[in-house]
Amino acid sequence: MIKYFKDIFLGAQSLLVGLWVTIGYMFKPIVTVQYPREKNKIPPAYRGHLEFTRDPETGGSRCVVCLRCVQSCPSKCISIDWEIKGEKRKRILKSYVQDFTRCSQCGLCVEACELGAIRFSNEYELVGFAKEDFYFNLVKMLEKR
Amino acid sequence: MALLPPEFIRILISSVLIVSFVFLNAMILVYIERKVAGHIQRRPGPMEVGPHGILQTLIDGLKLMGKQIIFPDNIDKPLFCIAPLLAFVPAVVAFVVIPFSPKLQAVDLDMGIIFILALASLNVLAILLAGWSSNNKYSLIGAMRSVAQNIAYEIPMLLSLLAVLFMTNSLSMKSIVEAQKPLWFIVVQPVAFLIYFIASLAETNRAPFDLPEAESELTAGFHTEYGGMAYGLFYLGEYANMVMVGAITTTFFLGGWSGPPLPYMEYSGAFWFLAKVYFIVFSMIWFRWTFPRVRFDQLMNFCWKIMVPFGLVNLMITALVLKI
Repeated sequence: MIKYFKDIFLGAQSLLVGLWVTIGYMFKPIVTVQYPREKNKIPPAYRGHLEFTRDPETGGSRCVVCLRCVQSCPSKCISIDWEIKGEKRKRILKSYVQDFTRCSQCGLCVEACELGAIRFSNEYELVGFAKEDFYFNLVKMLEKR
Repeated sequence: MALLPPEFIRILISSVLIVSFVFLNAMILVYIERKVAGHIQRRPGPMEVGPHGILQTLIDGLKLMGKQIIFPDNIDKPLFCIAPLLAFVPAVVAFVVIPFSPKLQAVDLDMGIIFILALASLNVLAILLAGWSSNNKYSLIGAMRSVAQNIAYEIPMLLSLLAVLFMTNSLSMKSIVEAQKPLWFIVVQPVAFLIYFIASLAETNRAPFDLPEAESELTAGFHTEYGGMAYGLFYLGEYANMVMVGAITTTFFLGGWSGPPLPYMEYSGAFWFLAKVYFIVFSMIWFRWTFPRVRFDQLMNFCWKIMVPFGLVNLMITALVLKI
């Protein structure tokens, strides 16, 4: 009989504690981020698709078409097109395409690049209607940036 | 105008006012419910339609009205159509006897509270019909749970109201409010108040007693197969019932329209009445977003082992004290 009343008392007490907690939370500030209007800060180590770093002297990319990134890529998702020009037979970059549908963001290409010509971008809002929308041409993207 | 008897005009105006009150209430309460739920979970709730999402329910209502009502195969069609109406209409009709203020009451029936309780118990029938006619296992399980729950919780609810009725010697809602002029009954009958409030949460199928529609187990329970305005009517009925519970609690325990005097108190008493009603409704919402759903055996044990004995003892003590 004592247990019966004790249970009721303890139950009521715990219910009141619960109510106190929720009413407290009701007046605390909101913690969610209102996504399209507010955006979270992307941490610097975030791995998006690849992008070129800008060479401050030329304003273009630092890439010398050494093809180390292509060789290091386990998914074979980087394809580079170039032409040979001048007396020194220097390779000039024509296009640098990353197939983002196959990339696993392992970062071997970024490590392999000794000139620091490529890095991961902070871009995370990616959407497209076709597979081809995710073949990123880094040269064109650098021009637009 | 001479053709229309004044009583007829009075009934017409009051019924239009009551129906619009119920619709408006449901709209506001859905908005409040979503906002309170949001803020308790520390998110803003609806924000898109209108400033702070204030028009969200209006748009939702329009959407529900525009939707087609789908009739699944092998349903009992007449019953399927009657059920939402039966859930909504009694909930609205019951507002006829609610005394919003000394003069704002459509009809002052001598047996007002019996009228309300009789109509409120039709809600169970509506849920049973909806579950039965839907030809769906979730609906049927939800309906069966609802019947067991509602019948069980009607007993402590009536016991607690009876304790108050012993003291007022009247079933008319108006005289119950007037009997509380010296002291609100929540002070005299705190146990009855608690029992009534808990039992009415179960009667309206609100959380933590929302087993008939338990989303996580029964998809949507008895209204699984309903869509469009048929579903909307169930929803309106639920919110009308919530306001009804608030109104009965206010009338029986919180002194009805009484409060600090305002100008034209005979009408503006409705302000205090509605303030109390909304406080009760707010606590129902607050409960919903605080407590987890009880298990079915817990629900039944709570009713038969705690609420009914307490209600009976409370009733006996009330009777004894009144007799002495």
